[in-house]
Amino acid sequence: MSLIDLANPSRFLSFANRVLPWLGGVTAIAFAIGLNQAMGAPDDYQQGATVKIMFLHVPAAWLGMMGWGVMSIAALGTLVWRHPLADVAAKSAAPIGAAFTLLCLITGSLWGRPEWGTYWVWDARLTSELVLFLLYLGVIALWRTVEDPSRAARAAAILTLVGAVDLPIIKFSVEWWNTLHQGSSVFRMGGSTIYPTILAPLLIMAAAFTLLFFTLHIAAMRNEILRRRARTLRLMQAQAVS
Amino acid sequence: MEAINHLPFIVGSYAAACVIVGALIAWVAIDFRVQRRAIADLEMRGIARRSAPERTNAALAEAKE
Repeated sequence: MSLIDLANPSRFLSFANRVLPWLGGVTAIAFAIGLNQAMGAPDDYQQGATVKIMFLHVPAAWLGMMGWGVMSIAALGTLVWRHPLADVAAKSAAPIGAAFTLLCLITGSLWGRPEWGTYWVWDARLTSELVLFLLYLGVIALWRTVEDPSRAARAAAILTLVGAVDLPIIKFSVEWWNTLHQGSSVFRMGGSTIYPTILAPLLIMAAAFTLLFFTLHIAAMRNEILRRRARTLRLMQAQAVS
Repeated sequence: MEAINHLPFIVGSYAAACVIVGALIAWVAIDFRVQRRAIADLEMRGIARRSAPERTNAALAEAKE
């Protein structure tokens, strides 16, 4: 089955039903390995045991941004090709991306207290991450406000593309401004500054969280297709009665 | 000593992750059941899309529950 074949909702449903059990299993195995490695990782020479929070915080931050990236690509699909599956992909990704961004903010706050002496500062990185979370809430609210899914999709797509400006701001905030948040330490010119015994569990946890994101996204897309079918059937029922 | 002092922050982070990921999984699973039941219920009343395949026994049995 080619990628273009999946653009048909019925074929996507069949694909989702076949792939979800396997994807769920692989995700569970990846988490088992990642958590085992994370618990066995040595303490950081400066941060001590709190470095274990990084194994949740960093993947959550990446996926919060990736969620908006997925929505932005889907928004182009909505505005350029007006494809209904693009609307479904964008709508389904929003709550998942919001949840990962919230997890990033909570774990960052809990990591900040012992390391910086405060739960929160209005630092460029933290503030731009909070803005991303608020953007997610805005898009979710917009989807719920407009009843017609195709009209809601176009409005949400425009907001999504405008909000995508926040992604480079989050990424480069630690370079553009003098922030309390540390600079990039994994993907940077000159290689990672993290010691391999800590970097390996981090990358495994990031892979596990990414698998979780796609598992949940495919499942949520399946639910959204079913919701739209139920809506169509209710409209048919109402027309038959009137 | 330092690890013990920081334990509540580490445990709090992992607990927050469990709650948020658990809530996401529960949301997806419950929503799936709700939508499937809604469609099965409507199909039981004889409303079906023109392109829909014939109702399956499983869908009918679920609607009867």
